[in-house]
Amino acid sequence: MSDAIVKHIRAPFDEATARSLRAGDSVRISGTILAARDAAHKRLVECLDRGKALPVDLHGQVVYYVGPSPARPGQPIGAAGPTTAGRMDAYTPRLLAEGLRGMIGKGYRKPEVVEAMKKYGVPYLAAVGGAGALIARRIRKYTVLAWPELGPEALAAMEVEDFPAIVVIDCVGNNQYEAGQTPYKTLQEAV
Amino acid sequence: MRDISASTITEAVARLCVEACCRLPGDIHTAFEKARQSEPSVIGRDILGQLLENAEIAEKETMPICQDTGLAVVFADIGQDVHITGGDFTEAVNAGIRKGYVEGYLRKSSVAEPLFDRKNTDDNTPAVLHVRIVRGDGLRLRLAPKGAGSENKGVLKMLVPADGMEGVRKTVLDAVQAAGPNACPPMVVGVGLGGNMELACLLAKRACVRDLNSANPDPRYATLEKELLHLVNRTGIGPQGLGGLTTALAVHVEWAPTHIASLPVAVNINCHAARHAEAIL
Ligand code: SF4
Repeated sequence: MSDAIVKHIRAPFDEATARSLRAGDSVRISGTILAARDAAHKRLVECLDRGKALPVDLHGQVVYYVGPSPARPGQPIGAAGPTTAGRMDAYTPRLLAEGLRGMIGKGYRKPEVVEAMKKYGVPYLAAVGGAGALIARRIRKYTVLAWPELGPEALAAMEVEDFPAIVVIDCVGNNQYEAGQTPYKTLQEAV
Repeated sequence: MRDISASTITEAVARLCVEACCRLPGDIHTAFEKARQSEPSVIGRDILGQLLENAEIAEKETMPICQDTGLAVVFADIGQDVHITGGDFTEAVNAGIRKGYVEGYLRKSSVAEPLFDRKNTDDNTPAVLHVRIVRGDGLRLRLAPKGAGSENKGVLKMLVPADGMEGVRKTVLDAVQAAGPNACPPMVVGVGLGGNMELACLLAKRACVRDLNSANPDPRYATLEKELLHLVNRTGIGPQGLGGLTTALAVHVEWAPTHIASLPVAVNINCHAARHAEAIL
């Protein structure tokens, strides 16, 4: 990654922002993002299957895969690091087709997700997994939008300021997990 | 014979929940600092710096290091001269988990049944409880909450003796490669060798929660631990899988006698949030 260069961007993403991000870019996101993980994804896709309106218009939205810990009184949220993105893979192409413009999580994505990202011009970013307390400080407000009964898995909106993330897969398919690991790989495949 | 009341156990477990989830253990903290000096990747060093800052904030605000405060795994070594009074031991532990997770603002990540309803128990019970009866009149409780990102990457292979050292190396490296960024590296790798199927898994788990600076008392296994760590750190995975030389902070191996025809290998991968806390009653 290019040393020291940090891009400051706003969410929701417009098309130009989504397409300008490159694998390896370090970014700080300000604005509003969505919070959703396994159960909320399942329900979003169930809505689409039944032809029902989604609880939120996905156009331009950036989704953060997170299930926060409970907020202490007077705080907007508890610890709120990313969860494994791969568990959302089965639902992702459907949501990208609905206009979703960015995703934040951690870990590998399936090839069919990367294909859909290229098709719709959507980048995938990683936040530092396990840095839940640090990330919580960058979240100003947490508002449940739908399915409160899902607890930490409810669909929510988050107001963020300088939320730290790294672009892992950009919308032309460059992959920073691969590019970053290759120079340090000295293991013989034959082991 | 020494009496220990169920309520004392409950209080101790409740305290351990908050301590384990919100305070990065000292051995891990030191390992982050060392890795930040030695890691050649710029982004890797930046991530290690973020993890140190995260630990500071978590401790100061009594906020979890990681939001996935996991299933509560409890290791209890109960002295054979201990008499538990005023209640049931397992219930006392679960009452402690309930109190710790609810009052400590920790996330409830436990569902009551795995396949059909998957309904959250809303208090993070039940604990996964491993009990050993030991000499003496003490009671040692060790709590090691474990999130799913790393736990889901565990592997068990029932190798045969002919697979030997090569088979063991390959099993460990394949597991680490498959885990990659999903298990939030830098990781701690626990390897269980021998025993039978279930014992190998338990050994791997115990290996994972050993102090980071400890070595297996058998010098051959201590050498194997070093060699495996060296190999794991040559995968290039690095902090958060974004590349570097700090893929694991340690590889620990625990072993047990096994069958003449078996070489079970279990690999339990712990993330950098390798949380554990201990109380001796
Ligand atoms: S793998 Fe560990 S550090 Fe990462 S999100 Fe899960 S519990 Fe947290």
